[in-house]
Amino acid sequence: MTNQIKQKKVDPAVLLTALIILCVYVGVFIAEQVISPNSMLFTVLKKGATYALVAVSMNLLNGFTGIFSLGQAGFMLIGAYTYAIFTIPVEHRASVYQYFNGGVIQFTLPWFVAMILAGLVAAFFAWLIGLPVLRLKSDYLAIATLGFAEIIRAILQWNQLGPVTNGSNMLRLFPNFNSFNITNAEGKVTVYLSTFVPFLIAGICIALIVLLLHSGYGRAFKSIRDDEIAAEAMGVNLAHHKQLAFCISSFFAGVGGAMLAMYQTTVQAKSFTTAMTYEILLIVVIGGIGSVTGSVLSSFLFVACSEWWLRFLDNEQFIGDFQVPLLRNGFRLVVFSVIIMIVVLFFRRGIMGTRELPDLLRRRRKEAGIK
Amino acid sequence: MWNTVFPYLLSGISVGGQYALIAIGYTMVYGILRLINFAHGDVFMVAGIVMVYLSASGLPLWLVIPMVLIITALIGFVIERVAYKPLRSAPRMSVMISAIGVSYTLQNLVLYVTGGLNKMYPTIPGISETVMVMGAKTKMVTLVTPVLTLVLVVLLVTLINKTKIGMAMRAVSKDFETSQLMGIKINSVISATFVIGSFLAGVGSILYFTNYPTVIQTSGAMPGLKAFVAAVFGGIGSIPGAVLGAFIIGIMENIIKGLDVILFKSGLISAPLGLSTFSDAFTFALLIIILIVKPTGLFGEKTTDKV
Repeated sequence: MTNQIKQKKVDPAVLLTALIILCVYVGVFIAEQVISPNSMLFTVLKKGATYALVAVSMNLLNGFTGIFSLGQAGFMLIGAYTYAIFTIPVEHRASVYQYFNGGVIQFTLPWFVAMILAGLVAAFFAWLIGLPVLRLKSDYLAIATLGFAEIIRAILQWNQLGPVTNGSNMLRLFPNFNSFNITNAEGKVTVYLSTFVPFLIAGICIALIVLLLHSGYGRAFKSIRDDEIAAEAMGVNLAHHKQLAFCISSFFAGVGGAMLAMYQTTVQAKSFTTAMTYEILLIVVIGGIGSVTGSVLSSFLFVACSEWWLRFLDNEQFIGDFQVPLLRNGFRLVVFSVIIMIVVLFFRRGIMGTRELPDLLRRRRKEAGIK
Repeated sequence: MWNTVFPYLLSGISVGGQYALIAIGYTMVYGILRLINFAHGDVFMVAGIVMVYLSASGLPLWLVIPMVLIITALIGFVIERVAYKPLRSAPRMSVMISAIGVSYTLQNLVLYVTGGLNKMYPTIPGISETVMVMGAKTKMVTLVTPVLTLVLVVLLVTLINKTKIGMAMRAVSKDFETSQLMGIKINSVISATFVIGSFLAGVGSILYFTNYPTVIQTSGAMPGLKAFVAAVFGGIGSIPGAVLGAFIIGIMENIIKGLDVILFKSGLISAPLGLSTFSDAFTFALLIIILIVKPTGLFGEKTTDKV
């Protein structure tokens, strides 16, 4: 997008997109000052922003490079743990690492350094894993990356690594999203930023991914997706570009994992299961494989439905004296699964297909012009 | 030394047999559709849940077990018709995503039905009893599993090699389009594959859950993945390979589970290392090693890709 702005006349659709995004950010900022911080809205926005980043990073790999990887939860786990381990304040370490004499790490990094480190560590592991695994073909690659995620989960739970990872115990008391709120001397919050900052982090990361996709590397990734052999014949170094896409995607998955740790306020390795990867994959599919806008939209939709809008399905409801049948704990997930299966089977392009927000605006404009 | 290792070896053989019955379903479906049926482990879990509910309904056991097997086979058939058949001409990634969707759906359905609670698995007279084998205490199912597995595998191999439907299956797995041109009814062959695979997963489920007290919606995922690894290890598409792979993985996994105890008793280590954490991870490490060293597995056929 930015490339086009620099080179050519400014595309009104891109400008409009930028305006919409700006409005969203201003809206979030204002909403946070006005509405009670306990509102469900902010839970959805915080978790949505986290999932949006993770889904876009998965889309970079599965949708834009055509590498069907199922290791997302593993890289998020690495990111979440790296972040948590390095940001727990020294004075809390004794209570968190109570079974391991306070752990071996006795210093604390600022949150943004730890967050970047989370991405870098995830990218490093991706590089290691990518060396053997990226030579495999579609479904073997999927199962091998899935296996790696499971191996990472086992290693982090290993008791012998307890002084660093706290074994299978929970990591907690590290700075979370609420730490971004600006408080005055009495500890009363003056400016709420606990939703705005995650939006900002996710926004910057997604913008970086979009810039990458519009660069020469991005075009090489797409050519690999469309036809590996043709891409190779055109001089795209397959191994190099696949490795690059894998590492970059894992970097952002790691940052997303750190954000998830902040959202949850605690992390434990056992919750980063294959089911989490599946969930993110399904978000990507609903949004449209190969659309950044789609992934972002469907992340917020998915989180809003599962945390908020469809919650009523889990409770028994009465209309007068009539009890609505079927409604009880778990029904929400059944409805959800059916919607997902319908999308997977009949609307394979998802919400956006491969289109982005500017494409949508452009089409509108053309139709209006014809009229 | 032998006395320490033997119980783990014994349960390894038993678990291996149960994995083998699941792995056959994976390997047959992959052989024909080139699809990793991610939902297969969940079919296995659903069979366990069906068993729980049917036996709670008070029906006699001789009726319950065949009913469980028939219902499981039916579920396999329905899944194929609903979720995979409409995508027959779609890219492989779409079908794989559909399989993941089915897995998600089955787990959520079971969560809804059971309320997310652990369900007590019924005891089955004849295989739930405790017996002593060479000084090791175990359940009868440990001895029944390998025998039953081998009998079923021999039957299945005979079916594939001697009958008409078996011949059709072999033809379809060799060349999908050509066999269609030769008048093979692709859809019924694929359905038959799913029915057989699910039936065997049903048998596996009865044997597997007898060893564990409870069933929950997530209990199919891990055995399913391990059985898939077994199928890849043995060479995907090959039934004897899948069975051998499953036994190897079952035994290795159980040895690792007991490795702390074994090493401790033989005096090699003085404190437990917590190695049992790696019993699941080991399977995947094995998968990655085999994929790098010999991607076709132990008995797999070499395939070449054409442009």
